[in-house]
Amino acid sequence: MSQHVVPPSVYVKVFGGLTILMILTWVMAFVNLGVFNPVVAVTIAILKALLIVLFFMNVKYSSRLTWVFVAGGFFWLLILFFMVMPDYLSRDWQAPVQPW
Amino acid sequence: MSHSSDSLVAHHFEDIEQQNESAVLGMWLFLAQEIMFFGGLFAVYLVYRYKYPEAWAAGSTDLDIVLGTVNTVVLLVSSLTMAMAVWSAQTGRQKGLVRYLLATLVLGSTFLVIKAFEYYAKFVHHHVPGASFSFHSEHFPNADEGHVQLFYCLYFIMTGMHALHMVIGAGLLIWLITLALKGKFGPDRFMKVELTGFYWHFVDIVWVFLFPLLYLINRHH
Repeated sequence: MSQHVVPPSVYVKVFGGLTILMILTWVMAFVNLGVFNPVVAVTIAILKALLIVLFFMNVKYSSRLTWVFVAGGFFWLLILFFMVMPDYLSRDWQAPVQPW
Repeated sequence: MSHSSDSLVAHHFEDIEQQNESAVLGMWLFLAQEIMFFGGLFAVYLVYRYKYPEAWAAGSTDLDIVLGTVNTVVLLVSSLTMAMAVWSAQTGRQKGLVRYLLATLVLGSTFLVIKAFEYYAKFVHHHVPGASFSFHSEHFPNADEGHVQLFYCLYFIMTGMHALHMVIGAGLLIWLITLALKGKFGPDRFMKVELTGFYWHFVDIVWVFLFPLLYLINRHH
C-alpha cells in the first residue's frame, strides 16, 4: 500500500503526551501567572493540536501538497486573529486631551 | 481503458495513490472551512473577553470544572480509539475495526450525555441566556449581569456547535460500523474510516481549545 501505516505504539505515545499536556494545563490554571495564564493555556493547547494533527491525522507522513493545504487552513485563522485583534485592542486608545 | 481492471480506482484517477491523496486534500479543504467557522467564534470570544474581563472570570469560574475535565479525558481517549480503528482497517483487522469504532461511538455518546447534565444544571440555575437569566457572583461583585449573559451566550453557542459536530460524528461512526460489519473495509480500502477519523480528531482539537478557554484560565483568582 502507498499509504503510510502508523503503528499503534506511536498512537499510544501521542496519547500519553496529550494526557501529560492536559494535566499540565490543568495544574498551571491554578497557578497565578497574571496575564500569562491565557498565554500558557493557549500555548499548551497549540502543542496538543500539533500532536493530534501530525500523528492522529497522519499529516507528518503526508505529501507536501497536503502540508500546504493544512498550513493554509491554519494560516487563514492567523489572518483572522491578527486583523481583528489590533482593531479591537486599540479602540479604547485615545489621544490625551491637550490642556489649553 | 488502461486501468479499468482495477475497480478500486475511479476512471478519472491515475492510480489508488492519487485517488487517496485527492480524498485527503478534499477533506482538508472542508476542515479549513471548519477552522474558519470555529475561528470566528473564538475571535468573538477573545474580543469580549478583552472588553469584559470581570464578567468572563465570573462566568468561567462558575462552569463545572470536574465535568469539563472528565469530558476532556473522554474525548482524548476517543481520539485514540478512532486512530486505532483506522489502523485496524489499514491492517485488515475486521473485528478490531468494529470494536474500536464502537468504543469511539460509546465515548462520543458519553461526552454528549455529560454535556447534557452540564446544560441541565445551567437551566436549573437560570444561567441560560434569555428572559429568566439571573447571575450573582460573590467572588466577582463587579461583574455586570448582562455581560455575564453574553459569556453564557458564547458558552452555549460554542459548546453547542461543538456538540452538534459530535452528534454528526456519531452518525458517521454508526454508518462506518454498518459498513464494517458488511466487511467493506480492508488494507486497500479504508479512506472512509481515515477521513471520518480526520473529522473526529478535528472536533477533538476544537475541544482542546474550548476547555482551557472556557473552564480553566480564570481559576487562579
